[in-house]
Amino acid sequence: MRPFLDLFSLLSILKFLAAWMLLLSFALLAQRRLLSLIHLLAWQGITLALSTAMVAVLTGDRLLWVSATLTLSLKGLLIPFLLHRLLRRLQVRGDVEMSLNVASVQLLGIVLVIFAFALAAPLAGSLPAATHGMLGIALAAFLLAFLMMITRRKAISEVVGFLAMDNALFFAATSATLGMPLIVELGIALDALIAFLILGVFFFHIRESFENLDLHWLEHLRENQ
Amino acid sequence: MILLWLLVVVALGIPVLALLGDGRRGRWIFMTINFAVFLLSLLAAWEFLRHGPLTALADELRMDALSLILVLLNGVIGLTTAWFSASYWQQEVEHHHFSKGRQRLYHAMFQSFLATMFLALLSNNMGILWVALEGATLSTVLLVSLQRSGESLEAAWKYFILCGVGLAMALFGTILLYFAAQPVLGDGAKALLWSALHQHASQLNGTVLTLAFVFVFVGYGTKVGFAPLNTWLPDAHAAGPSTVSAVLSGLLLNVALYAILRFKSLTDAASGTDFAAHLLLAFGLLSLLLAAFSMLRQHDVKRLFAYSSVEHMGLIAIAFGLGGPLAIFAGVLHMMGHSLAKSSVFFSVGRAVQEADSRELKDLHGILKLRPTLGWSLLLSILAIVGMPPGSLFLSEFLIVVASIQRAWFTTPLLLLGLEIAFAAIFPRLLHMLLGEPRTPQVLVRAGGFSPIFLQLFAVLLLGVWIPAALAGWMHNVVGILQ
Repeated sequence: MRPFLDLFSLLSILKFLAAWMLLLSFALLAQRRLLSLIHLLAWQGITLALSTAMVAVLTGDRLLWVSATLTLSLKGLLIPFLLHRLLRRLQVRGDVEMSLNVASVQLLGIVLVIFAFALAAPLAGSLPAATHGMLGIALAAFLLAFLMMITRRKAISEVVGFLAMDNALFFAATSATLGMPLIVELGIALDALIAFLILGVFFFHIRESFENLDLHWLEHLRENQ
Repeated sequence: MILLWLLVVVALGIPVLALLGDGRRGRWIFMTINFAVFLLSLLAAWEFLRHGPLTALADELRMDALSLILVLLNGVIGLTTAWFSASYWQQEVEHHHFSKGRQRLYHAMFQSFLATMFLALLSNNMGILWVALEGATLSTVLLVSLQRSGESLEAAWKYFILCGVGLAMALFGTILLYFAAQPVLGDGAKALLWSALHQHASQLNGTVLTLAFVFVFVGYGTKVGFAPLNTWLPDAHAAGPSTVSAVLSGLLLNVALYAILRFKSLTDAASGTDFAAHLLLAFGLLSLLLAAFSMLRQHDVKRLFAYSSVEHMGLIAIAFGLGGPLAIFAGVLHMMGHSLAKSSVFFSVGRAVQEADSRELKDLHGILKLRPTLGWSLLLSILAIVGMPPGSLFLSEFLIVVASIQRAWFTTPLLLLGLEIAFAAIFPRLLHMLLGEPRTPQVLVRAGGFSPIFLQLFAVLLLGVWIPAALAGWMHNVVGILQ
């Protein structure tokens, strides 16, 4: 154990980061401006990388440092940067339309968090003592991101919700289970990157065909049209 | 070793086709690679006969009877699709004026889809299984949106988002599995290996695994197309080229269900309850009935058969949900029969659609008179899919009904109702397509590509009257794996 940071304070930092992660999920849910959404997503990625680094110190697992570096560069920097550029190139402007107002979405979010904790509570017994509560937070962040996805109407904010969901999963994988096998994490990161690149290409096709990135055009394919 | 070779050859095809996969050359390379893959999967079956389950790369790859059957199916359908694609794709290129880049994209993405299917089946690691299924989604998204029309982009976007969310849920389930495995198997890659998990399944925490199964079921179930999560399926099947519809129905749905079955056997052993089986049974019945009723309302031929895939997946889920040797045997047989028959349906329908230049059922008329070969291939493949004897789907459907009477009698009337409605939805449309005075064809289509269709139909027929002894032995092994 390092002399300047004992186990207790490391754990408190990890728990603080977990709480911060949840807070960011709520902020994502409430934010209406696309640009700020991307910034919040970047902050989430950075928090994720920090908490992975904390777990690496805590467990002494060297491979987790690889994972933390990967998270920081991919989710904290590269993807937000690319999203930012995409936003500028596509010249998407203005607020995000929501199908519900902010207050009721937030209330719904709180209900989801309670549900997540209730769901995770019986599982706590089988976890290492250090990570009690982490699973609940990860599940809550996951459900909040899902809620965000279904209440937005613009393609880009749907993608942000998708990436936030991915962040929550990574949080579950690193902080709650203290690290998944590296080969699996590498595979997941690779898939996320490819998915993102495909989406980027997609946006341009969509814009060519529909001239904007609203999802109203998604309502053509119906039964008995 | 053979497993590794199989994966290497199928994956090497991706860069080769990405660079050279255009024109006549591309079609030939595509066919050659998949012929080699088919031979390698036969060789793997031969090795399996001699040595039993094969492993490679320190147990990361493993092939038991369940994966072997699906690997062989993948090999066969990969080959026939490449074969059929040679003439079909040429026509599509001329009709839609696809550029050389687009042709390379088609072949490379198709090959990468096949590679991820093999990886999913051969991987022993539940995490890699997830990675492979996500990879399969990503490759097929680009295939569905190949035409870049409004319709195909919309279908691809829907497919991407729905399956992406679904797969995220499945990943959460996989993380929970790792979670439950850690105290028993320790940290590291070993804790996600299916064979190790299966060995120690009874020591895993039942509550965690039950929750994990719910996530995995919803997640991979989106990909299988269980109602009500099936909304992406008809759109994606209709918008993509027919070869893509054929492999989506014939391979992808099976492999997603395979992932659920792997999880199910762990959950059953860990929790000691029938929870997973009940979930499969309930969603299977719901999918069967909803799909059957939706089929009555379809006026687009490819959507009609996409819903038929949902219906058949529901049937297979019912079979595995019923459990017991008879039902599992029937379920595996139905998986094989459905894949072979449904891909020949999509091949034949694809040809008919090319000629009429329309997917509307009312525009397809009098095919038997105008194009006898196409008419016969449509007739036989559709009769096979509705379960006419002596095809293998008749045998498996019959066995599923018998098993349902034995094990859960209250499902039998619903099962029969679903099957009858599906029949009533397809049969009149078949007659309408085949008989009557033909319309003048909109597009002149070169005849060709029928040999793979008839070969597949012959296999369906063969499985209905005579199952080779080796295959029957493997199917009995599957019963052991899943119980």
